Amino acid sequence: MKPAFSVIFLTTLIGAGQGLFLAYYSAEWLVALNMLAATPGNYSAHAALLSFILMTAGLVASFYHLGHPERAWRAAAMWRTSWLSREVIALPSAMAAVLVFALIRFGGFDYEVFSLGKVSVSLSTLAGFIGVLAIVALFTCTAMIYASLKFLRQWHSPLTVLNFFLMGCASGFTLATLMAVATAAGPFGYFCGMAIALTLAASLSRLASLSRNRRLRSPTTLQSAIGVHHPTIRQIAQGAMGGSFNTRAFMHSYGPTVVRMARRGFLLSAFLLPLLLLIIVDEGSLALCFVAVLLQFLGLLVERWYFFIEAEHPQNVYYQMIS
Amino acid sequence: MTQLALVIDLNTCVGCHACVTSCKEWNTSGEAGPMVDRNPYGAEPTGTFFNRVQTFEVGEYPHTQTVHFPKSCLHCEDPPCVPVCPTGASYKRPEDGIVLVDYDKCIGCEYCAWACPYGAREIDEQQKVMKKCTLCVDRLYDETLPERDRKPVCVLSCPTSARIYGDIHDPESEASIAINEAGGYQLMPEWGTQPANHYLPRRKVKIAIHEEDLQRVDNPLRKEDRGPRAPSTRTTLDDSTSW
Repeated sequence: MKPAFSVIFLTTLIGAGQGLFLAYYSAEWLVALNMLAATPGNYSAHAALLSFILMTAGLVASFYHLGHPERAWRAAAMWRTSWLSREVIALPSAMAAVLVFALIRFGGFDYEVFSLGKVSVSLSTLAGFIGVLAIVALFTCTAMIYASLKFLRQWHSPLTVLNFFLMGCASGFTLATLMAVATAAGPFGYFCGMAIALTLAASLSRLASLSRNRRLRSPTTLQSAIGVHHPTIRQIAQGAMGGSFNTRAFMHSYGPTVVRMARRGFLLSAFLLPLLLLIIVDEGSLALCFVAVLLQFLGLLVERWYFFIEAEHPQNVYYQMIS
Repeated sequence: MTQLALVIDLNTCVGCHACVTSCKEWNTSGEAGPMVDRNPYGAEPTGTFFNRVQTFEVGEYPHTQTVHFPKSCLHCEDPPCVPVCPTGASYKRPEDGIVLVDYDKCIGCEYCAWACPYGAREIDEQQKVMKKCTLCVDRLYDETLPERDRKPVCVLSCPTSARIYGDIHDPESEASIAINEAGGYQLMPEWGTQPANHYLPRRKVKIAIHEEDLQRVDNPLRKEDRGPRAPSTRTTLDDSTSW
């Protein structure tokens, strides 16, 4: 498939935003449950606002993918059958819940709704809980858009869903680590430890899908595509001289060297280097944390680019030679 | 239930592209249009087409055959492009099984094109909506047209009658009979999309001609002697025969 840059930015930006909110919200619960030592200063509202901004940026990027962005509201209609439609509902829901969480905290009109034992559940905590549900739904919908296309065998796997979830969370927790260092508040150890664990898990899961995709063989051949059962078939005309939508939308023109370098590049930049940096950083290493966030985000952009390159569309068998 | 479809005979298609040009002509000026072109008279012309003819060479020289392969939307009975559409712009008509796009609802997200294994859909560069073969739905029910013209224009224009149009759920239709009797098949059956359009394979039609068929071996005029001949002076029974 040809990489769609708007979609690359959409999925990476919202992934980081989703992960960032999960990081801060989960830390609050762990503190409330006494599983994590309380730290002075609470920047959950700031994190929620940043998460909202990242998801908004993703949403804006997604509009560049559409031929008719002014009709985008219609995309919520077919949620019964279309994962894309479900994503169109889940993304604004997650954004709204996260924004409400931030506004309640910034506005200072939080109050206790009920309490679970010793844990007090406030209005913002409830909004955040809805946000978490929406974020999990959003991860699933975003990944299922790709994983549900059974013809694109490289995408049609549960690993796609796992990858989106783990990579989004990893980039979010790395960003949370940077925020904890920058604000000198928040559970740095928890964020950094989780970022390491998630980055490691994401790299293993991505390596698993890379090795799965290397072994895939498409059941579609030129023989089944045109129904002529002869081992030797050669295309001599594809019906168009200057290319067509079929040659522009489903094929990329990058050579094998570029593709190989991109694969090595994202394995280094999205996983290995951030992992090493996260292992050596401490509460004071602002620059290193910043580099880790930047490297990981750039690496994930390349990863998502490669995700498209890797997928082989069956229609390409009809377009092997112009004339 | 009706399922209108095309049956394309690869045995008779000569690759003249009459279906391609007539499709473009009808649909660019009809309700599915415009089908815009970029650089139409330049070196690299490209544009929107609902139907194209591809050519394949099968076998190794000198034992080769040239197969011309017209390719358009197959109006699948289980179309993968329809459920993925987020707006409901892509739909399959229950009454006749034609898969259509509502241009007023389409947001141009291309997700349906990703979901079609045949590459039958394309974005129109001017209107920015997804377009595809409509099976000339604007001809099929048009009562201002003479009844013989209420067919897809590619079928009418084919000079070798390689395109058959009909209801493949009606076992008596010309299309169903062609599928049954000439070994009609579907493209990429491995994906389970059940394309409604079928293709008829290349087939050798041979008749055995024996010597006897060309020249009667029991020709009485050759085998027997001349018949009895009456004297030319005598009147014959029918007044004319004289042999």
